[in-house]
Amino acid sequence: MSAVRNREHGLELLRHMLRIRRFEERAAELYQLGKIHGFLHLYIGEEAVAAGSIPSFTNEDAIVATYREHGHALVRGTSMNQLMAELYGKAAGCARGRGGSMHFFDASRRFYGGLAIVAGGLPVAVGLALADKMHGRKRVTGCYFGDGAVAEGEFHESLNLAALWKLPVLFLCENNLYAMGTALARHQSQPDIAAKAKAYAMGADTVDGMDVLAVETATGRAVELVRNGNGPYFLEYRTYRFRAHSMYDAELYRTKDEVNEWKRRDPIATFEQTLRQARLLRDEDFQQIEAAIATEIEEAVAFAEAAPWEPIEDLNKDVCTDVRRTT
Amino acid sequence: MTKITYREAVRAGLREALQRDLRVFLMGEDVGQYGGTYACSKGLLEEFGPERIRDTPLSESTFVGAGIGAALGGMRPIVEVMTVNFSLLALDQILNNAATLRHMSGGQFNVPLVVRMATGAGRQVAAQHSHSLEGWYAHIPGITVLTPATVTDARGMLLAALQEPDPVFIFEHAYLYSMEGELEENRPVVDISRAAVRRPGKDVSLITFGGSLWKALAAATQLAQEGIEAEVLDLRVLRPLDIGTILTSVRKTHRAVVIDEAWRTGSFAAEVAAQIMEGAFYDLDAPVARVCSEEVPIPYPKHLEEAALPQPDKIVKAVRTLLG
Ligand SMILES: Cc1ncc(C[n+]2csc(CCOP(=O)(O)OP(=O)(O)O)c2C)c(N)n1
Ligand SMILES: [Mg+2]
Repeated sequence: MSAVRNREHGLELLRHMLRIRRFEERAAELYQLGKIHGFLHLYIGEEAVAAGSIPSFTNEDAIVATYREHGHALVRGTSMNQLMAELYGKAAGCARGRGGSMHFFDASRRFYGGLAIVAGGLPVAVGLALADKMHGRKRVTGCYFGDGAVAEGEFHESLNLAALWKLPVLFLCENNLYAMGTALARHQSQPDIAAKAKAYAMGADTVDGMDVLAVETATGRAVELVRNGNGPYFLEYRTYRFRAHSMYDAELYRTKDEVNEWKRRDPIATFEQTLRQARLLRDEDFQQIEAAIATEIEEAVAFAEAAPWEPIEDLNKDVCTDVRRTT
Repeated sequence: MTKITYREAVRAGLREALQRDLRVFLMGEDVGQYGGTYACSKGLLEEFGPERIRDTPLSESTFVGAGIGAALGGMRPIVEVMTVNFSLLALDQILNNAATLRHMSGGQFNVPLVVRMATGAGRQVAAQHSHSLEGWYAHIPGITVLTPATVTDARGMLLAALQEPDPVFIFEHAYLYSMEGELEENRPVVDISRAAVRRPGKDVSLITFGGSLWKALAAATQLAQEGIEAEVLDLRVLRPLDIGTILTSVRKTHRAVVIDEAWRTGSFAAEVAAQIMEGAFYDLDAPVARVCSEEVPIPYPKHLEEAALPQPDKIVKAVRTLLG
């Protein structure tokens, strides 16, 4: 059993999860108001995974994530201002507004996206790890992806290559039981995802992704194993998305009862309980955290509202490196 | 005639195909229980059952390849790929197997496969979900490439495609799914060899296909107010290209603008321009013009996305330049 080390530790994890939840709740409202467009994939319900795992990586390590990456970027430390501006499509965003919700990038934090082709990030993570290994750097690449990615060829090719070459990559599968509307049992002949990783001769664990402490312990251990040159490692987090796949989704593929059943395991509510029972959380702590987050969010919205658009004249900028620009 | 949406027209085509021929089945990601990413297949699982409406895992290369195999085995699969960007994962199967098998086997094997997918930009879904790659597919011998732009074609081309002995690729512009149009009910199966004149005119030919048809028609309306009569051609079929209809139009108007949502360099518009040059050079009063997308990955914000794409005002401007 993983335990809370002290009050500060507990509040930090709670703060991470609440920041993600409130940021995304606000993003959903802003979407309804027509401030945010396109696809918006919410992470609500899965916060314990990013909150518990991202802090295990050092600033030198690399993160590769998917289109459901708001939480990862927030915990990694990209400012909420930049992330909100990116959702708006403003030039002050973390990808100059060009990517939007699905394509957060932050080179200063070695955050390589924000990649929206399912399983497309795995080979890239393998390559980042290859570069580290060839340079003799003791860095780790953390690669997040969903259960749906497990069906793609790139998943299998990446695991095989990483294990074959003993590369320092940590594969992090966020198994929320659905790939869009297709339930795990309807897309996997062997639904035990960790078992697949083991078949490629790497260590793999299954982790309760609704329990932030379990996520933290398992990820911390796995990152160190990978850092010490033992080759790749694999974690499967069992988690659940509370909202629709994206903003448009009639959710014909699952029952309300099922969703409600999982909501009883809400990672924030259950962790709050844990902290209260251990007498590490007082009402005023909670209120303070909420108030600070609310302020941060409203500042981010104000920042995004006020931020300028990228000028149309810059449309062709950065298609290629400036010296070779031809268009 | 009834008014229906493009999405409903696709669904009507799918239903009719499934009713007519027991060898027809639909497979792809989320076509069943989810109801189809763009709701084209909504209700079909309930009507035809999971044997014929098959949800696949996320594995584009394999389910397109399996479509090829099933076609070889006597079925008439309709494979849905969610979006053209994802079809790149299946490009190996499409080019190396589907398109080559007949020729490479000395004519022994043919692949009666239909693949449908969404294409195009305009919904602010950024650089991994917005491209128009149908021109790439039109480069490939051995397949037919269709770009339905009207509700009648959205239904009828699917039914026509199923009668073909070789692979047919249908590109449905994602922006059109919610568009309403008049369905010509007496035309369940449409011709898939000819381009169509969607608006007659005498001063300039606007040659286009897919989602850009509606932008070209908007431009033609605007030009008419200036006294310029533009003829609007909907190519409908990119491969094999109906060059005859194009040349007939150009010989009449003596000027042509090709509108294509793909990037300009190496675009299908370039092919059309080249064929006009080959076939009607001496009928031209001006060089063939092109309105294509800017050569950038499609960006998320609305103003940049709009700036990157062909628009009616860009078409109008190109025409004015031609008419000097
Ligand atoms: C190659 C590819 N095929 C299809 C899609 C469309 N798509 C986007 S997300 C998604 C489901 C992915 O599920 P999963 O990997 O479990 O991630 P989750 O959304 O559950 O976080 C699909 C089918 C895509 N983006 N890329
Ligand atoms: Mg999933």
